[in-house]
Amino acid sequence: MSETKLIVNGEERTVDVDPSTPLLWVLREQLKLNGTKFGCGIAQCGACTVHVDGVPVRSCSTPVAAADGAAVTTIEGVADEDGTRHAVQAAWIEHQVPQCGYCQSGQIMSAVALLRDNPNPTDEDIDAAMSGNICRCGAYGRIRAAIKTAAQA
Amino acid sequence: MGKWTRRGFIAAGVVSGGALMVGVGIREGHRAPKLAELVTEDGETLVNVWVKLSADNTITAIVPHSEMGQGVFTSMTQMLADEMDADWDMVTYEQAPAHEGYANYPLGREFLMGDTKVPGFVQDSLNGGFLRIAQSMGLQITGGSTAIRFTGMGGMRIAGAAAREMIVKAAAKTWDVPVKELRTEKSYVYHDASGRSEPYASFAVLAGKYSPPTQPKLKSPDEFKLMGTSLQRFDIPSKTDGTAEFGIDVDLPDMKYAAVMGPPVLGAEVERVDETYAADMPGVIKILNKGSFVAVVADGYWQAENAVRQLDLTWTKTGAETLNQSDIYAMLGAAIDAADGKGSEDVAVGNARQATGTAARVYEAEYRVPFLAHAAMEPINATAWVRDGKIDFWSGLQNPLAVRDELAGAFDVKKHDVTIHNVMLGGGFGRRSEPDYPLMAVEIAKEFDHPVKMIWSREQDTQQDWYRPASVSRFKAGLDDQGMPVSWENMFVQKHDPPEASHIPYKIDNQLIQYTDAEHHMRFGPWRSVDHTQHGFFIESFIDELADQAGMDGYAYRRKLVEHNPRYLTVLDAAADAAGWGREVPEGRGLGIALVDSFGTVVAQVVEVDVTGPEPKVVHVWCAADPGYVMNPDGFTAQIESGIIYGLTAALYGNITIEQGAVVQSNFHDYPMLRMRDAPEITVKLINSGAKVGGGGEPGTPPIAPALANAVFAATGVRVRSQPIANFQEGLS
Repeated sequence: MSETKLIVNGEERTVDVDPSTPLLWVLREQLKLNGTKFGCGIAQCGACTVHVDGVPVRSCSTPVAAADGAAVTTIEGVADEDGTRHAVQAAWIEHQVPQCGYCQSGQIMSAVALLRDNPNPTDEDIDAAMSGNICRCGAYGRIRAAIKTAAQA
Repeated sequence: MGKWTRRGFIAAGVVSGGALMVGVGIREGHRAPKLAELVTEDGETLVNVWVKLSADNTITAIVPHSEMGQGVFTSMTQMLADEMDADWDMVTYEQAPAHEGYANYPLGREFLMGDTKVPGFVQDSLNGGFLRIAQSMGLQITGGSTAIRFTGMGGMRIAGAAAREMIVKAAAKTWDVPVKELRTEKSYVYHDASGRSEPYASFAVLAGKYSPPTQPKLKSPDEFKLMGTSLQRFDIPSKTDGTAEFGIDVDLPDMKYAAVMGPPVLGAEVERVDETYAADMPGVIKILNKGSFVAVVADGYWQAENAVRQLDLTWTKTGAETLNQSDIYAMLGAAIDAADGKGSEDVAVGNARQATGTAARVYEAEYRVPFLAHAAMEPINATAWVRDGKIDFWSGLQNPLAVRDELAGAFDVKKHDVTIHNVMLGGGFGRRSEPDYPLMAVEIAKEFDHPVKMIWSREQDTQQDWYRPASVSRFKAGLDDQGMPVSWENMFVQKHDPPEASHIPYKIDNQLIQYTDAEHHMRFGPWRSVDHTQHGFFIESFIDELADQAGMDGYAYRRKLVEHNPRYLTVLDAAADAAGWGREVPEGRGLGIALVDSFGTVVAQVVEVDVTGPEPKVVHVWCAADPGYVMNPDGFTAQIESGIIYGLTAALYGNITIEQGAVVQSNFHDYPMLRMRDAPEITVKLINSGAKVGGGGEPGTPPIAPALANAVFAATGVRVRSQPIANFQEGLS
């Protein structure tokens, strides 16, 4: 056990856990941020995607120690401080993207990072940025359309 | 407020003072008071069990299904609200608790209409196979694409219409005017002659005193205001901000976490557990040998999972340890050989044997499909708290009522002492209708006085599934001199559900469809569209081969064989037209078509495949679907899109194989999923034929594999008779 400092959605949090514990389980169990999901545990599905210092990472395979002192953004921290939905979230609703919804936190985190770095992505850019996120309900067409709508927002 | 007896219920309304709150017009001994206790709060009037009308004129639909992505809360509520002439902005929903009163089978009959006559149009579903199954099992099941066609058509619409009639009757009485002078709109009653109007809630008190009408009048489609429109789903905003609560998100005071390990060879038992390393690992509280599985309970899931992987386990031998996948396929083929043309009869029309014997030509082919896991995004999990002889249980379940009964039976607890808290499902696809994991969660939790959340690793989820069965199917057709079929003979292995899955949509005068059984240790589970997944592939591949034998393209050939059925013809034409069937396609591409009628919905799909890369890539899917009437076009379209991707994933990659009795695949690296870069463009055409309403969740899945296989044939001349299709070229060597 050792203390790790994280800045989670703008708030400084200190956790006392085994430093090898994946960030995913610290977010979910210690910090009670359940929006980030467990899907595979081996960085294959993207359901656990969060941003660490702005970079999308698979939190299931990121030891919490690797995020020591870093800014971590989860799905709970994507909207504006006043609660206004992020353009990606609004587009997700407009296109009625989610079905079961379980993968969507990860999908949205990947899409937010994509659009921040590349405000007008091509289909190939979307393929490259989003192919690490599996959706078993098969909402890929709607995700692609929603990303394009969010890009125009 | 305490227990609501009939008397107490009325009294409570009075005690509540200013609150608009009156009892339901129900007879002595009716089960509704028990239900009222479960769903009403102060200020609400329970008009009937499917709808609450609150003092603020809010209408709440109570939906007896589980939300697993199909938008069921919205579509059910939409059907009720339309019949009620409700103001959609003032309508919400609640999920019905797992309680016998909400079992699907009494739709209309018991709570709404008592013992009185059921309207003719619901008779079919009430008296059909669904009712019989439901009665024997006490189901409250989400699956079989049943929500709209049974609960919606037989329950929600009637509830809404009945509630509206009761309100109108109360308004007529209050205003002392004839019912026929009243109209309703957006949760208001209007008397135009006198210019009066009042919200529904104004009449709730009086309406609640009436017995529900026995045969409420339902709208005809031209009167629909909400049905047939793409209302947005209630649950979607919560699925964009992380607030939707799935089973894995359940959080309780002093809760601990369990990781489990089941037998590599299904059916084996724990022989020996060596805990040497695991017991001393950080956070570990207890290691449990439960015979059919082991569990580690720890302070956190990560600790539990790490420890369970360090256990040195020995399992008993079941005899299946020598089996490899090739043995299972051989066993399935041998079962067909052994049946020697005398399997269990499925369909017998005309005299197929004789017609084959005298046909100008005979054509034969054999197909096979592998085992498939469900691989829902949310790994299997459940939380249980066992205390004071009671069980509280949290999970996303397709069949909560059956789980309640299973738990009560297995742990010798009274049914009403088992409380099921059903939460959202991170995908179901049939997997979450099995009771194995609920039993395991309670087995673990009963060792503690605090709640325990059991989470399966993805590896457990993949290797401890109930699988879409591997299957083999053999066909023989007699052809006339034009190449048209005069006979259709089919023998396949294992028949599950639905019973008509092996039936063909084509007019062939002589048919003999039979099946035989084959025993192996892999457990069967319903997998999105169940038997239609394999039979869609088998039938639609074979008919395509026959078309080729006749020198016709697959569309024209099918067209000739469905001329008797305008509904099939319309759907087939719509898909072909949308795809521009018959056009030139670039070198290395091909078009394939398939038609499947499943769960009351007719679906045709055309696939355009590109085979110039290392694996076939599906460029575009055109789909026409006729569910009779589309309640929510965008929601239905989403279900069809989803069914296509789910089926395409399986067709291209799905391959659970057995080595030494154990499932080889473990996670998404070796059980791959379709991803964004592989996803085709999908065009969906909806058809409202007016036929009896069919399902939406499953019918998109069955046609995609054969449409793809047929497209590969068109592009390459290579006939694909097995899956997965991604490596079809390997199968050639």
